[in-house]
Amino acid sequence: MKKFIGKRAVASAISLVGLVIMVFFLSRLTGDPTDLYLPVDASLQAREQFREINGLNDPLMVQFGRYVADLAVLDFGNSIRRSRPAIDVVLEGFAWTLWLACVTMLLVTFAAIVIGSLAAFRVGGIFDRIATFFSLVGASAPDFWIAIVAIVVFAVNLRWLPTSGTGTIWHWVLPVSVLFIRPFGLILQVVRGSMIGVLSSAYVKTARAKGVRNRPIIFVHGLRNGMLPVITVIGDQAAGILNGAVIVETIFGFPGIGKLMIDSILQRDFNVVLAAIMVSALAIFLMNLLIDLAYALLDPRIRY
Amino acid sequence: MTQIAPDTGARPRSGLATVISLLWRDKFAFCAALFLLLVVICALLGPLLLEGAATKQNLRGRNAPPFDMERDWEFFFGADALGRPLLVRIIVAAQNTMMIAAGAVFFSALIGSSLGLAAGWSRGRMSQIIPRLGDVIMSFPSLLLAVIVLYMLDPSVFNIIIVLAITRIPVYLRTARAEVLEVRERMFVQAAKVMGASDLRIVFRHILPVVLPTLLTIATLDFAFVMLAESSLSFLGIGIQPPEITWGLMVAQGRPYLTNAWWLSFWPGLAIILTTLSLNLLSNWMRIALDPVQRWRLEMGGRKND
Amino acid sequence: MTEHLLEVCDLSVEFHTAGGTVKAVQDVSWHLDRGETLAILGESGSGKSVSASAIMNLIDMPPGRITSGRILLNGADMLKMTAEERRRINGARIAMIFQDPLAHLNPVYTVGWQIAEMMTTHGTPAAEARERALALLKRVGIPEPAEAMAKYPHQFSGGQRQRLMIAMALAFKPDILIADEPTTALDVTVQAQVLALLEELQAETGMGLLLITHDLGVVAEIADRVVVMNSGRIVETGNAAEVYSNPQHPYTKKLIGAAPGKGAMPAERDRGGEPLLRVERLSKHYGAFHALKGVSFTIMPGETVAVVGESGSGKSTLARALLRLEEPSGGQAFYKGRDLVTMPPKDLFGLRREIQMVFQDPTQSLNPRMSVYQLISEAWAIHPEILPRARWRARVAELLTKVGLDPGMAQRYPHQFSGGQRQRIAIARALALEPRLIVCDEAVSALDVSIQAQVIALLEGLRREFGLSYLFIAHDLPVVRDFADRVIVMKEGEIVEEGTVRQIFNAPHEPYTRALLAASLDPDPEVQARRREARLAEGLLTA
Repeated sequence: MKKFIGKRAVASAISLVGLVIMVFFLSRLTGDPTDLYLPVDASLQAREQFREINGLNDPLMVQFGRYVADLAVLDFGNSIRRSRPAIDVVLEGFAWTLWLACVTMLLVTFAAIVIGSLAAFRVGGIFDRIATFFSLVGASAPDFWIAIVAIVVFAVNLRWLPTSGTGTIWHWVLPVSVLFIRPFGLILQVVRGSMIGVLSSAYVKTARAKGVRNRPIIFVHGLRNGMLPVITVIGDQAAGILNGAVIVETIFGFPGIGKLMIDSILQRDFNVVLAAIMVSALAIFLMNLLIDLAYALLDPRIRY
Repeated sequence: MTQIAPDTGARPRSGLATVISLLWRDKFAFCAALFLLLVVICALLGPLLLEGAATKQNLRGRNAPPFDMERDWEFFFGADALGRPLLVRIIVAAQNTMMIAAGAVFFSALIGSSLGLAAGWSRGRMSQIIPRLGDVIMSFPSLLLAVIVLYMLDPSVFNIIIVLAITRIPVYLRTARAEVLEVRERMFVQAAKVMGASDLRIVFRHILPVVLPTLLTIATLDFAFVMLAESSLSFLGIGIQPPEITWGLMVAQGRPYLTNAWWLSFWPGLAIILTTLSLNLLSNWMRIALDPVQRWRLEMGGRKND
Repeated sequence: MTEHLLEVCDLSVEFHTAGGTVKAVQDVSWHLDRGETLAILGESGSGKSVSASAIMNLIDMPPGRITSGRILLNGADMLKMTAEERRRINGARIAMIFQDPLAHLNPVYTVGWQIAEMMTTHGTPAAEARERALALLKRVGIPEPAEAMAKYPHQFSGGQRQRLMIAMALAFKPDILIADEPTTALDVTVQAQVLALLEELQAETGMGLLLITHDLGVVAEIADRVVVMNSGRIVETGNAAEVYSNPQHPYTKKLIGAAPGKGAMPAERDRGGEPLLRVERLSKHYGAFHALKGVSFTIMPGETVAVVGESGSGKSTLARALLRLEEPSGGQAFYKGRDLVTMPPKDLFGLRREIQMVFQDPTQSLNPRMSVYQLISEAWAIHPEILPRARWRARVAELLTKVGLDPGMAQRYPHQFSGGQRQRIAIARALALEPRLIVCDEAVSALDVSIQAQVIALLEGLRREFGLSYLFIAHDLPVVRDFADRVIVMKEGEIVEEGTVRQIFNAPHEPYTRALLAASLDPDPEVQARRREARLAEGLLTA
């Protein structure tokens, strides 16, 4: 197990290094922050001073070397825009996104598993057809469109819910609901497909011959086997949110890491972008470990 | 069927008629296919016929509401903030929307599948390096990549296709590789080896036909995904730039008027949702129709024995 | 009329399928009493398992439908009971075990839990259930039962898994045990042990045993009475020994006639001259595991050499190593004087057409997406020197006729054929290359007995016509007895005995060969009864 985690960590670290290098150089190709942060009529001297302070005068390789050296002592540099350590800015945003991801994925997982399993139990039945149709619609829905339609309906016309911000629990309802729809549709289909296979398997036949009741057949004998392919999809979807639920965060004014990343690129706040990438990569690495652990817990045939 | 087919074609000549009859058995898929056909026709002919009408501003008709029978058919869905007819604009925008999605799917499927086949079949270095490549692309937040690249290059149709194609390569790479790894161990591949078949022959005659339906099914699904991704980019303002239009951009353009003119965003969004839904339905149908062992489910028509 | 423990009266079941409604069984009636063993004998598609599924309420409805009949358990009609009442009977009063226990045990739960579940489902407290599960594991002969409780199904061998299934089935002391092909995938020696265990347990508990099988040998070994089924109907029923010695129905006669191992053994043929294939000290290692430990033998032109052995004996590895599907770790194999093992790929290509292989499962060895025409003609696409393209079509038709198929079927796909027909296609494909030697890896084991006999006859005919040689790999001794010239017995990667069919079957030297022969089942109940006495006397099955 330790060896497995080690291998995984090395592989992830390699792709992270590649990612950081790519983003470091690519992002600097997007332009000079000076043009963005100083007024158009700023003096040459002021521009020079700004560049000097932010270390933008040195050749790119020197900038990169300095960045790596700072990184070695866990200094991620300062945010140009906010004049604060980039890592602090990123962690604040990440905390919001993490919450969003956890709440959404818990709801999605629970709902998709229960509904998908029941749909698979009576394939072609009325419940199955309704569930399948709605999951297809859900998987097809563009989230930005759902989001603005939801705002028009629930926030503007009905005035039940706030349009944006993070103040109360009511602020969470719309973002979570919108974020819920697509993963729910996708995971429901995977659960259904997997459970159809499992419920027609030989060991379920044995369980019937033993006189086991329907509910334990679905949720004890079936589900634990049927979960294996589902977990992978749950992981992919969760990774998607952790990498930034940009659209939802933008529309609902939710201060998460996705919005932060995009804003920072547009504002040429490179240190924040790099820190954000590293934080979300670490989060995804840990989550993938959890997924692998879940695999091993669910299926005794899997050993790392 | 009873006729003896020509030398090369061992498959009975069925073609279009079989496909249509198989589609007819699944009414959902049939409707989906019809709708997609309509979209494709719009994409091909729309700009040719309606380019002028789509860009003609009419300031007296700003944000004209839909279903107003007193106006032309063009204004059936209402008009946008500059008084341009929404229905016509949706028809014209179909071209860019479809072209970007189709282009991205084509390139990512072609490159990803080839890499996946190579990675799955070879036993050497390639089988190690290629999957890593996929992992690196996967670990890159795709929207971020798009933002960076489109910020540097100009967001033309071609560049957007390239960016979206790159982010989707791992999907095909992983699937193709996993399938090849499984199929290569099957008995009929061993049987071909015993007959002395070359690697190329085994990959293209025995493995690819088995893997292809899965890849096609995924490509159909992915078409929907790419459409959504393109729409998201346009919505964020880093995709296609006006005066070019896509459905995603239309949704974004309507956003400031949400409170008083909901139809500006609603109709293009509906176009997106119906197209992706159709693609999903068609993909589900394909999964069954392309599998000779499962095809009977469609041939017998009934749903009762699913 | 006395009341039977279980009685099936005029049962008819149909299924709605692609080809319309299929009558799976029609007007099937039989009964089972306490302490009795009833065998339902039939080939695949005969409907032999359907009545058992109906008893256990395992038929999915739809597509299945019970159109008529009654199933009486102590006189009460089960088909009139509610689902909940049926559930209470399952496992508690009637239990069932299946073929392929690995698939039928849940892979993600411990065997202790699964056995205990049988009892907790029917109301036994958990602690008591565990205690009894442990006792059951001990009873069915699982080594170290306490440790075994916490293990998972994949950690046991095939025979042990079937013992686990039996322990589970018997947990609630049912009145009836239904065993659906319980020993089909097992090695002969393990099969004998499992059947013996079933018999012992039946004697202990007095349960009625319903055994569903395709194997006349199993019937001869264990059944009191037999019901013979064909195409969904019962064709004959009666005392097992009487049915065998005096079959009434033509189908029964055909079935008994097709049973292998009764014909005259082939005469010894003198084959002088150069061997076609000479294998010397061939070996194959997987890491530290030695699958083949230096195997040497020869095959003469026109000769059939059988390799027999149980699973894990290395017989399949031998075939794969000879064809270079796996690279051998050492040794030599001279084909017409040239070493196959060290031959460069280019030369090997030319030889490929002379040595062909027929695999065990034709469902898997035929590409499902190629038509029969494509499958067979591919041989000439790879080796164009054999046949010009213009003559492909005629030659495919010719080959199909040769293997007993309608040439008009060339445009069909493999899934449209039955198992036996598919194996004929595979043989036609091998013949397309005009080989000298065909390696048959369990080529008839997956087929029904009557089909098996036909395929063997086909192979035999082809040998005579083309002077082919066969390396015939099998686990089934009776099949080998009818077909082979010489027999090689393998165990744990080594050849333990080698000789002509007569030598091996009439005067085996090695104890292992003798054990194999003793454990293999004869279709004649009287022969089988004599063997059992001999076996008991020899104490070969005390394990």
